[in-house]
Amino acid sequence: MRRSVIAARNLVKRFADFEAVKGVNFTVCGGECFGLLGPNGAGKTSIAKMIYGFSPVTAGKLEVFGEDIMTGARNIKAKIGVVPQEDNLDPELTVWENLLVYAGYFRMPKDMAQRRAGDILAFMDLQDKSGAVVEQLSGGLKRRLTIGRALLNQPALLILDEPTTGLDPYARHLVWQRLKKLKESGTTMLLTTHYLEEAGQLCDRLIVLYHGEILERGAPRELIERHTGNDALELGVEPARHGVLMEGNEDLIKARQMLGDDLVLFTGHGRELAERISGRAAALGIPVRHQRLRPANLEDVFLKLTGETLKED
Amino acid sequence: MVKRKQLFNGITAIPDLSWPLVMKVVYRNLLVFKKTWKANIMFNFIEPMLYLWAMGFGLGVYVSQIEGLSYIDFLAPALIASSAMFSTTYEMTYGSFTRMGHQKVFQGMVATPVSMDDVVMGEILYGTFKGVLYGIVFLIVVALFGLVKSPWALLTPVPLALMVMSFSVMSLVWTSIAPNYDSFGYFFTLLISPMFLFAGVFFPVDNLPAGIRFLPWFTPLYHAVEVIRPLLHGKVAWSNLADLGWLAAFVVLTIRLPLTMVKNRLIQ
Repeated sequence: MRRSVIAARNLVKRFADFEAVKGVNFTVCGGECFGLLGPNGAGKTSIAKMIYGFSPVTAGKLEVFGEDIMTGARNIKAKIGVVPQEDNLDPELTVWENLLVYAGYFRMPKDMAQRRAGDILAFMDLQDKSGAVVEQLSGGLKRRLTIGRALLNQPALLILDEPTTGLDPYARHLVWQRLKKLKESGTTMLLTTHYLEEAGQLCDRLIVLYHGEILERGAPRELIERHTGNDALELGVEPARHGVLMEGNEDLIKARQMLGDDLVLFTGHGRELAERISGRAAALGIPVRHQRLRPANLEDVFLKLTGETLKED
Repeated sequence: MVKRKQLFNGITAIPDLSWPLVMKVVYRNLLVFKKTWKANIMFNFIEPMLYLWAMGFGLGVYVSQIEGLSYIDFLAPALIASSAMFSTTYEMTYGSFTRMGHQKVFQGMVATPVSMDDVVMGEILYGTFKGVLYGIVFLIVVALFGLVKSPWALLTPVPLALMVMSFSVMSLVWTSIAPNYDSFGYFFTLLISPMFLFAGVFFPVDNLPAGIRFLPWFTPLYHAVEVIRPLLHGKVAWSNLADLGWLAAFVVLTIRLPLTMVKNRLIQ
């Protein structure tokens, strides 16, 4: 087993009137991308903030690089990079000044800071924005700069708290691409997200959090296979007829879920199930408004686990 | 709103300070100041100039003498102190509130080896620098009007620094509990403006009604004015050391407060 970068044992975060994290256990190993997945209020950000020393641990133990975060915050923070949920760049300063000032907080010598800042502008594709004042940048460019800034100290651990929330699809893909590159180069990452696609694309392993507790853990593919199988069949059929329609096909149905009036069937054998169901519907004269076979994804797993949707709205 | 118990949590602990990093925080603020000072100069500099003209050269003509000085000689040294006070106070209320709230600059800094104590100490030093700078600029203007009578005036930055540091502390304490920008109105109306009007800037505190004559003694502005006025006229006395001592004691006794209170507001 590779060395562990983060070790959380019975980790608890309590605020004045509620418990945000209720005794979670997990370990993040060197070189992996570890996901904290859950809806808003699940405790993801509370955990991330404890890891980068912003929020004190209420109870339990949290070690980063083998050191207790409550006593070694300064040392630990020197070795991590943080991309917070909300941008906190210096709006009045230029892109270049933002990077140099931030390098100063790591007590980086000036020539090294300039070299690193140059590398980062190139890596995040921001060279032509070097002299631009940050408050005039678009949301996507600010996010890229925030991520770039987190890389200044060549962190052994990168903490990304909802790195693509609020970005348009193009900007999101650009960020994902850069994060994949970092992952390939061996950077350990902790990613919180409520975008299941993001978790599926980037994470090697993840935990699903819900109301401050861990519901499930594993690799994305593993979770999908365990809970839903590879395929999802969506059927627009009167709820009253669902039972009749499924009769005789139970051997193929691994799980099912109601989504509004629609029925979603999860299975390892999508094509076969789809054929059987449409055959049965035709034979019994059950009207099918629409039918769609698609690959199952983490969202399905989450829905099945919580009966709730992850999206904010 | 944070509960009172939580507000002072950790006040007895030794602050977690790394001075090189405190200076990085100061440097960051100076870098921004270099870009914005032209827009700020109005409040902090032109306003006391207007007072000097209106009160000193206008109203002052009708005032015979105060404590053996012409009115403009009485007023000008005190305006150095009050203009420094205003510049620090604006910076450590509206400015700091913006950095910790809307801009989240503090939050960005503490994700690095910089601690929250470093950030707040950096703010205090920056507020002090800014007040001293504006005080010195105004001192130069006063000198150009021929109102500086003694080389003792070169020591003006000493009482100025102690005074504006105490205003940094007071302002940050208010900022740490301020729910929004509007609440700074109370700070200025209830604290800063009364000091400006009644702490010996425009008239000697002896003219206050007997029952409240002791009040100015509790304000840093009064003690700074009490030192700066004799410095400009070369009439220093040993008693001025007591005023400096009062200012220094105020800073030493209160500086732990904003470090604790800002931290407890932001880190929960």
